[in-house]
Amino acid sequence: MEQVTKRYWKGVEELRNDATYVKHAQSEFVEPSANDLQSIFDGSNAPRRDFLKTIGFGMAAVSLAACETPVHKAIPYLNKPEGTFPSISDYYASTYTDGGEYASILVETREGRPIKIEGNPLSSVTKGGTTARVQAAVLSLYDIDKLKGAKRGGNDITWETADKEITNQLAAIAAKGGAIRLVTSTIISPSTKAVIADFAAKYPTVRHIMYDANSVSGIMQANQLSFGRPVVPSYDFSKAKTIVSIGADFLGTWIAPLNYMKDYAKTRKIGAVGGGNKQMSRHYQFETILSMTGSNADYRGTYKPSQEGLVVASLYNKVAAKLGAAPISAPAVTIQYLDKAAADLIASRGRSLVVAGSNDPNVQVVVNALNNLLGSYTSTINLAVAVNTRQGNDQQMNAFVNELKAGQVQGVMFFAANPVYDHPRGAEIAQALAKVPLSIYFGDRADETGSLTKYITPTPHFLECWNDAEPVTGHYSLTQPAITHIFKTRQMQTSLLTWAGLPNDYQEYVKRQWKANQFPKATGFASFDAFWIKALHDGVFEPTAMPAPVAASFAGDVATAGNAIAQRYKPTTGMEVALYEKVGIGTGSQANNPWLQEFPDPVSKACWDNYAAVSQKTAADLGVEQSEMVSIDVAGKTVELPVLIQPGQADQTVAVAIGYGRTKSGRCSDGVGQNVYPLASLAGGFVSMSAVNATVAKRSGRHEIAQTQTHETVMGRKAVLQEGILARYQKNPREGRYEPEVETSKGPVHATDITLWHGYGKPNHSWGMVIDLNSCIGCGACVVGCISENNTPTVGREEVLARREMHWMRIDRYYSSDAEPEKMGAIAGYKALEVASANPEVTFQPMLCQHCSNAPCETVCPVLATTHSTEGLNQMTYNRCIGTRYCANNCPYKVRRFNWFKYHDEDKFDYQFNNDLGKMVINPDVTVRSRGVIEKCSFCVQRIQEGKLTAKKERRRPLPDEIQSACAQACPTDAIIFGDMNNPESTISKVLSTELNERAFHVLEEINVRPQIAYLTKIRNKDEGPKQESTQETVS
Amino acid sequence: MHITSAVRTPLVSGGKTYADVTEDVCRQVEGKPTREWTIAFTISALVLVYGSACVFYTWWEGLGVWGLNKTVGWAWDITNFVWWVGIGHAGTLISAILLLFRQKWRTSVNRAAEAMTIFAVVCAAMFIFMHMGRPWMAYWALPLPNTFGSLWVNFKSPLVWDVFAISTYFTVSLVFWYMGLVPDLATIRDRARSKVSRYIYGALSLGWNGSAKTWARYEYMSLILAGISTPLVLSVHTIVSMDFATSVIPGWHTTIFPPYFVAGAIFSGFAMVQNLMLIIRVVFKLEDYITTEHIESMNKIITLTGSIVGVAYITEFFIAWYSGSEFESYAFINRASGPYWWAYWAMMTCNVISPQLFWSKTIRTSVVWTFVLSVVVNIGMWFERFVIIVTSLHRDYLPSSWAMFHPTLFDISDYIFSFGLFFTLFLLFAKFLPVVNMAEVKAIIKSSSEKLPQSVSGVAKGERVTNPTFNKNVD
Repeated sequence: MEQVTKRYWKGVEELRNDATYVKHAQSEFVEPSANDLQSIFDGSNAPRRDFLKTIGFGMAAVSLAACETPVHKAIPYLNKPEGTFPSISDYYASTYTDGGEYASILVETREGRPIKIEGNPLSSVTKGGTTARVQAAVLSLYDIDKLKGAKRGGNDITWETADKEITNQLAAIAAKGGAIRLVTSTIISPSTKAVIADFAAKYPTVRHIMYDANSVSGIMQANQLSFGRPVVPSYDFSKAKTIVSIGADFLGTWIAPLNYMKDYAKTRKIGAVGGGNKQMSRHYQFETILSMTGSNADYRGTYKPSQEGLVVASLYNKVAAKLGAAPISAPAVTIQYLDKAAADLIASRGRSLVVAGSNDPNVQVVVNALNNLLGSYTSTINLAVAVNTRQGNDQQMNAFVNELKAGQVQGVMFFAANPVYDHPRGAEIAQALAKVPLSIYFGDRADETGSLTKYITPTPHFLECWNDAEPVTGHYSLTQPAITHIFKTRQMQTSLLTWAGLPNDYQEYVKRQWKANQFPKATGFASFDAFWIKALHDGVFEPTAMPAPVAASFAGDVATAGNAIAQRYKPTTGMEVALYEKVGIGTGSQANNPWLQEFPDPVSKACWDNYAAVSQKTAADLGVEQSEMVSIDVAGKTVELPVLIQPGQADQTVAVAIGYGRTKSGRCSDGVGQNVYPLASLAGGFVSMSAVNATVAKRSGRHEIAQTQTHETVMGRKAVLQEGILARYQKNPREGRYEPEVETSKGPVHATDITLWHGYGKPNHSWGMVIDLNSCIGCGACVVGCISENNTPTVGREEVLARREMHWMRIDRYYSSDAEPEKMGAIAGYKALEVASANPEVTFQPMLCQHCSNAPCETVCPVLATTHSTEGLNQMTYNRCIGTRYCANNCPYKVRRFNWFKYHDEDKFDYQFNNDLGKMVINPDVTVRSRGVIEKCSFCVQRIQEGKLTAKKERRRPLPDEIQSACAQACPTDAIIFGDMNNPESTISKVLSTELNERAFHVLEEINVRPQIAYLTKIRNKDEGPKQESTQETVS
Repeated sequence: MHITSAVRTPLVSGGKTYADVTEDVCRQVEGKPTREWTIAFTISALVLVYGSACVFYTWWEGLGVWGLNKTVGWAWDITNFVWWVGIGHAGTLISAILLLFRQKWRTSVNRAAEAMTIFAVVCAAMFIFMHMGRPWMAYWALPLPNTFGSLWVNFKSPLVWDVFAISTYFTVSLVFWYMGLVPDLATIRDRARSKVSRYIYGALSLGWNGSAKTWARYEYMSLILAGISTPLVLSVHTIVSMDFATSVIPGWHTTIFPPYFVAGAIFSGFAMVQNLMLIIRVVFKLEDYITTEHIESMNKIITLTGSIVGVAYITEFFIAWYSGSEFESYAFINRASGPYWWAYWAMMTCNVISPQLFWSKTIRTSVVWTFVLSVVVNIGMWFERFVIIVTSLHRDYLPSSWAMFHPTLFDISDYIFSFGLFFTLFLLFAKFLPVVNMAEVKAIIKSSSEKLPQSVSGVAKGERVTNPTFNKNVD
């Protein structure tokens, strides 16, 4: 046997067996002798080296001691809360409410602070979707301009004082029988309503008044007249084959867009994403402004506000004539595509849906009659399931203002309402408020209304609250706090209970309510606690499936309504004003949210302003150009605004967004735009968001409008945008595809078949994305979702004007053009292509880093700051970037963003990154970028990494679709599909397996950068191609 | 000794003697600064101070003070960089290629032209640093061993090629220029009267002793350095052009760029040499050394390179149409007819039309015409880079991102800074170093193979500034 035991020596000493070695062989460290130590310290016998060491140490110690110890504010947990792990996110189901807006959400919290909001897929109402406003709501939590405690007349007081004084005064007023009014926006919380009832029981003179800044009171009134039910019904767009919307921006702002988006998108998904479906709904939109919903329509016509009722009446008459119903006596109007819409409605009877945005009950009665004729009440409209998110009653509110002015109100309280700002009679309310002996404001800031009340008892953000909600009949939802109260605030419900002398724990109150009302409807729970925990966990409680719509007997008086319409809607010759709500800012309640201010409007791509939108023709008639000032004069009220030229808007109209012109809202919103609520009026007690006989005149001066996109058309570039029409798609699924070929000696070959590159392997994962242009409605939830996930800085109006917004995800919006370049020659042809049609077709194209496999940015970086991963990601290493911007220049998609300035801790950019509170929204998984480096979409690499690590810990592969990018998760219509293209089970692989040969195209395929993102062609449900489509074919 | 025909006009006029050459050139170095020089220097120093303040502000605040945006990531910064690098090329061409081609007329202008090269490259380098988002990390672009892990530069990136090209160019030019200075520095050392001057010029002249061996080595070295520099004349701007040519942007992605950029560089460089020389010859009274002959020769080169550039412009248009690529076609139609049409037509007028005026002998031998047209050519060449960079970027592939670039005060001021820097350096050079290569000019005083005229030797005719210890009694 071989001798394997070799001997190794630690050193020669061991081999030699020195005496000193033997002496110390067993001790690991050799202790210096006492003598040695002594000599070091007293220097008596110290060698030179030791002396120098000692001196050196002394010097270092003295100089270090002179430095101030840095104070780190991060304090580790002394007692770690159960279930909370540093750096691991916790998700809590909760409910987003802002006035009449509702979404069931999941709140991502990190070490106790909410950092991101996601949709809750368990909700059948909002179906896991989010909107830009929902995504942005988390930032409003950390708004530094919020009140930090109770106030009386502008001075700080303690809650004890406030409670004592208010209770005394309430009691005194009630004792005298003085009227007390509680004015709120729509309240969808059953428990809150119960609290108000309890409060009213204590103070019997209390009356609760609800109003909405974006009121649909007219619809409720019409349903009262037609069916005896003053409700807003549920609309089921998923069942509709023909959708006609007359002025209802139902995907953007009308009633409850989140409830409709996914259903609508279902009817627009074709091919692999639609489960092989080759049918689409046909969507007609008639409107004054070019809304986001109108941008998605297949056919679109325009009318002036003075024609709105007549359009509905004409449509009714056209349908009634065919179906044998009596016509109504209103003059006919000629609107493009109205006849076609009527024909399609009749053809798809029983699967039709007509919605109208008008707040005029007479118009809505005719709409109801029309839907009744078309049999919509048994299919697409469900009266039994009311949508509670708009309950405001214009007439009651109007009566309240009269009462207030007459001095009949002794006490008034406002909650989630700012009528001085957002009611047409706001100025009157402001004047009258001074005379009210007791006025209390429940809000988060001393805003336009709050600053005029005696007391402000500040309420927390919804993420700090307990609450519940019933957004639609029979569907319940819970709000649970994701963070403790940041400031000394108190929920309105707690305050009311306190003042009513009741136990004021609102959490317990909600629990009691649910035990009494919801628990009995639940089955399969051993105890209420089990039910409560389940409900809190899920966030929603939906005891029964939605009842199917049953035939309702229409009892409305169409003839009278028709006469009223003929009375009110008369032809005019002057300019007319249409007020509308923006998808981002909405009614203005979240105006101080910098993410929403910088969120570009889906259609105009403008941010940080409202403006007077006019059509090209009207602009020419008025002699104004973009950004020039005009004055709009309506019944003695004047606002001055810059002009924005908006293709697709009705001629002779000017449209202005509400929600701007805040004066006491905070640093991001004060002085941004003009308040146009005063231009709204009350017609028959109902708020009318339009005005006829306005005077619009050019004024001197300019005010530039910050737009993230200034070029309007796609210039006939089929390599960028590929679109077609349904009729042709059904015959050829490659409809609209553009496949450039290159001539070679062996004949033409596909442009991507010729390459210099060998390509990289993607052995493990291949992250990719498919974006369905058909179901992308342009809402921009992904844009704000990305900002929130990736700590994108807000840069402000000036920087957006300089074209430097930092959004990683943008939605490109292209208008069609009427140009016929083949008849014009190259130069004139291109010039003509730059001009959008008067009523253009609109396409939305989400654009983000395409993660090219042959990435042009990667080859040009001198320092390898941007590289390719083996999983198909184009990675950006911020630390390594020296900021040459060559990558951004060489990016064909222009998705790279440069940090022109330091955007954090900088007073020039006084947004969320300039104060400690705002910085709490930062996602700790994503670096905040420094000045001078490039940044861009990373495909949420932090989420990919987290997902892979979770899978690894559980010793498995990541599940198909387990890992989602923030944009894909935020998308309410599932237009963005993210996943691993190497996993055959993932949705993206399944979609691409068919669509790669049909609808899927890569933007700019011919430059052969091989993106990981594929787009599915935009298919419109049209009978024949529009003129410009044939044009584009010849150009390319 | 080359044989030159007697009918040739002499390259140096005015019947100068060797001593005259020394005297005429050294007068500026040894004498008090002239009034013109003092005024010019004060202005350039003030411009430099103002420009430095603006550059500092740019660096302090970030590049946001410029007018760049998400679409146009380079504009004046890289325009200025390419423009300055291009200007430098004439110096190298004169000192290296014309040396190899034995163009003797170069001797009067090569010193100043080389100095111009070096200062132009310094200005260009300023823009390399300035355009970076984090200039304090600039050394990361060098392939230095480091402790960051296995980080290295990206050899695929044209910007790394630039780093090598520009640094090599700068080093070789500096060595070539300095080596050429050594015999003249020794002359000044020998004539120097103050201890300080003698010490400084003595140190700078590297112990030159004027022996035949030294001269022989000097000649060898000139030839070798000329050989090294010659490819650089072609390679540096070729590589600079690859910053654009290797990209995917329509209007940049063009194989014609290397020759086109080299021609453009020589074109603008000669124009700049003309400008500087015309001023120097008047201010420093060197009309006998920088003669009409020189001006005319350089104008001919300007006409030649200008025509090459013009052909390149037309070829680009032809190829844009012939390629059938809609993006390429649009890029060029947009150049000529888009929002920046004025920049394009400024470029066409200045670069293609104006140099053709030199076909007229009256114009090409006129000092005033030459000066004006040289300025025009340099404006045109600045616009050429602006057109290539900005009009290509501002409307590339996706119309959604199309944007305009508007310069800010800091774009302009940071460009002005480079003028302050250039002229301050050049004026210092003109004052403290000999602007004409005395040694080489002396070699061409006897321009033909005739018998040495009596007048060549002998003492200088003019008033002497110093009292040299050396070369006193030459006859």
